[in-house]
Amino acid sequence: MKQSFAALVAGLLFGLGLVVSHMIDPAKVLGFLDIAGSWDPSLAFVMAGAIPIAAIGFGVARARSAPILAAQFHGPSRTRLDRTLVIGAALFGVGWGLVGYCPGPALTSLVLGRWQSWVFVAAMLAGMAGYGFLDRASALFTRRYSTFISPR
Amino acid sequence: MENFTPLSALIGGALIGFAAAILWVSDGRVAGISGIVGGLVNPAEGDAGWRIAFLVGLCAAPLVYWTAGGGLPSITITGSVPLLLGGGLLVGFGTRLGGGCTSGHGVCGVSRLSPRSLVATLVFMAAGFAATFAVRHIVGS
Repeated sequence: MKQSFAALVAGLLFGLGLVVSHMIDPAKVLGFLDIAGSWDPSLAFVMAGAIPIAAIGFGVARARSAPILAAQFHGPSRTRLDRTLVIGAALFGVGWGLVGYCPGPALTSLVLGRWQSWVFVAAMLAGMAGYGFLDRASALFTRRYSTFISPR
Repeated sequence: MENFTPLSALIGGALIGFAAAILWVSDGRVAGISGIVGGLVNPAEGDAGWRIAFLVGLCAAPLVYWTAGGGLPSITITGSVPLLLGGGLLVGFGTRLGGGCTSGHGVCGVSRLSPRSLVATLVFMAAGFAATFAVRHIVGS
């Protein structure tokens, strides 16, 4: 319960940050991504504001063996720098540049009631579900045929 | 650069960084939006509670801002339906394949100096510049 309350506060602050910085507006984000237009460096300043504060938080946590409200830290499950990371980031970047929406601003702007936001979020959730399906299918395939593909 | 808003960008960014710090220090969770949502779309364990709570806060933020007298944010979405559908699918699939988005890799990972996140951030920035250039200056929509 306390964990969920902390998450609610964090989500609210995160969303307020997107509102205050105008990153909730795809046109603002495209102003940053359009270097050949009238370039707006604001997005870089959002990162510059966020990263040092987040780094302090991660630094404070390093002295602890567990978070305040939970049994353990859940860091990233994948740690290898591989092709999957690069391809995934490239696909994400293309989608981001087409519309100016990444997941946070897309979700935060739903409440403003524009149909375009809802269409984008529906497609985004379908993309995530599609990844989950392929991931499970490939895991099943690998388990079943691994002896033929890569004898170890 | 007539639309440049450095002060509100820094303040908003600081709020985002503070949110990421709270979620990690108190719950031990990374404030990566695609990871938080992805964990609900493809549930793996019984850990939906904190994810839903975070997303409720996130989605309620414009209303809270408005209630506090800040006014509703004005947004402009230029995408046509094919762009919205294609962009959404790519963002959803790509963030799960690459294990993060602007928040998980760009803010949390970079602030931890994770090599994976530094590379991912450079790649999605470059791809974003290229896609926006293509849409605005080659296709010219």
